[in-house]
Amino acid sequence: MADQPHVAVTEGADDGPVHWLQKLLDNPWLLLFLGVVVPTLSYTVWGWVELVLMKKAELP
Amino acid sequence: MGILTSDNSRVCDTTGLKVCLQSEMLIKLNAVVAVVCLLIGVLAAFGLALTRWETIGLLDPLMYYRFTTVHGLNMLIFWILFMEMAILYFAGTVLLNNRNASSLLSWGQFGLMLIGMGMVNYSVFTGRADVMMTSYVPLRAEHEFYLGTILFAVGALLGTTNFFANLYVAKRDKTYKGSIPLVVFGALAAAIIAVFTILHGAVALVPTWLWSIGMMEAPDAGWYRLLWWGLGHPSQQINVCAMVAVWYLLGTLTVGAKPLNQAVCRTAFLLYILFINRASEHHLLVDPGLSAEHKMWNTSYALYLAVLASMIHGFTVPASLEVAQRKKGHGGLFGWLAKAPWGDPGFAALFVSLVIFGFGGGITGVTLGTHQINIVAHNTLRIPGHFHMTVAGGTSLAFMGLAYYVVPLIFRKEYSFRGLARIQPYIFGLGISIMAIGMTLAGSLGVPRRHPDIDFTDAAIKADLSAASPFMALVGIGGFIAATGALIFILLTVHAVFLGASNKGRAMTSWQKPEQDKLTRDLMSTNWNPEGAGLKPSGTSVLTLLLLAAFAIYYFANWKALADVWHVS
Ligand code: HEM
Ligand SMILES: [Cu+2]
Repeated sequence: MADQPHVAVTEGADDGPVHWLQKLLDNPWLLLFLGVVVPTLSYTVWGWVELVLMKKAELP
Repeated sequence: MGILTSDNSRVCDTTGLKVCLQSEMLIKLNAVVAVVCLLIGVLAAFGLALTRWETIGLLDPLMYYRFTTVHGLNMLIFWILFMEMAILYFAGTVLLNNRNASSLLSWGQFGLMLIGMGMVNYSVFTGRADVMMTSYVPLRAEHEFYLGTILFAVGALLGTTNFFANLYVAKRDKTYKGSIPLVVFGALAAAIIAVFTILHGAVALVPTWLWSIGMMEAPDAGWYRLLWWGLGHPSQQINVCAMVAVWYLLGTLTVGAKPLNQAVCRTAFLLYILFINRASEHHLLVDPGLSAEHKMWNTSYALYLAVLASMIHGFTVPASLEVAQRKKGHGGLFGWLAKAPWGDPGFAALFVSLVIFGFGGGITGVTLGTHQINIVAHNTLRIPGHFHMTVAGGTSLAFMGLAYYVVPLIFRKEYSFRGLARIQPYIFGLGISIMAIGMTLAGSLGVPRRHPDIDFTDAAIKADLSAASPFMALVGIGGFIAATGALIFILLTVHAVFLGASNKGRAMTSWQKPEQDKLTRDLMSTNWNPEGAGLKPSGTSVLTLLLLAAFAIYYFANWKALADVWHVS
């Protein structure tokens, strides 16, 4: 990058053969998908189902 | 003036980065509104600290709750989120050598968030929404409170969308080579979590708003809490990501640090993206509607993966500072710390925030988040004790440190009263620490949070919490010091922005001694390998072992305390 001054903050990862994990890390859309779906299933959907299935308490 | 280029950008006189002028404007506007919200929050903080200090007992109960509402919302939601929007513009354009993708989305972001913030504050200040920031159903505020919150959230979603658009445009136009920089990756993690957060907020608040205008039955309280905490807690994780990104950025700007191992740092952010959102569950640990399995899975098993990520950042950030210092020739086990630029408020804020967040916030957080221990700590003052060490002493202080660079670099104005600026991070950090320790100790004796009167005057069942009085005094005194520290920051920053000397056309005046500054600049402009020979971060390793020991002691002491109140035979 001869035309750009070298600045450490803007430095990306090194070049080289690309590992699958690196491919995942370089794919913001897949990350976005996983980051929304994984916690939604684990926390929200599971919790919501439990609340819906809860029986009404019988008054004594 | 910086050199203007044809595509509406300028070249920064200090770092050589290209700054898109539209982004610059949006960074400025969001940051200014953020600081105004911080001011409101700080003024309320004085009132709260001086109320919980029983000897003073400033506010009556109604005012106490109104101030709590004002404080929680303006601090946790408005100050933090406006700052984060500024960071997203910065990361999505300046750091990617890119221009801002959409003026529509950007102005929509700022406009809606501003209107939403205004509506919410109007509602709270006029006594129409004394519901605290959580606004738990069936407690009811007037309708504009909910609508304001929804507009604010939609604005934040537009800002996040614009950030994704910036990523897309940068990739398409090949404005950078290889992977996006680590700081941008941290911002990406924050943006992803923000999407989850905002969607949950919408699902919780839209029905609540419809209820407030009489179009629906009240939502179920348990359901509201499940959904609301999908908003309430993950928004703190946005802070964590943003804070860690700011730590890396300040590390570079103040000592020339470089992340040690890019892949490891990014993987840690990935763990945040996947696992940290379940931390919401710890607010529901005493909710009757959810099963123990749901609670255990979400707070313990899955969450520990996110804790692992924090431990990685907690190691790599100070280690990268240490390695950079060693590269400059400051050796010895702790010689790198002794020679650090302690008089640079950017560095001071970075380091103090790292220590408060790691030692204070991290240790208490993992402990309080444990299902069993939570039973003795839930809703006590230990909780605000914990989160003032994360969001206030950690995130807010890191953002203050950032401001000491953003104002000279983006507003191109210099701070005056530099001696005061140099000690401000220490004042704020000290005050928050004293207050949080006081809260933690008082909470351990059973003092509840969100309660103006621990003597329970006129209550049917008497509780004697007088043993906690000295700790409540720490809350008052520490809180007063912290709020003063925050006020100093605000005054200095407002003064710099509106009355400070311009630095257009030259590099910003460094906060560091000339010899320190020269070493840092030299390091920043060379391509060096942080994993090179003789650069082992052994001092950080010692600090890390110290942290683990402190954690182990605190954690087991809490199990002991639990066993003392809860006899199992
Ligand atoms: C400037 C110094 C600060 C002081 C002196 C201070 C003091 C306090 C006090 C005394 C309380 C009330 C605790 C209770 O009675 O339950 C409180 C609550 C709270 N504070 Fe702060 N605080 C400060 C800064 C911050 C910052 C920077 C944030 C967030 C970014 C923050 C977020 C909160 C939140 C979320 C609550 C809980 C409100 C609720 O229970 O609804 N504070 N603070
Ligand atoms: Cu939480």
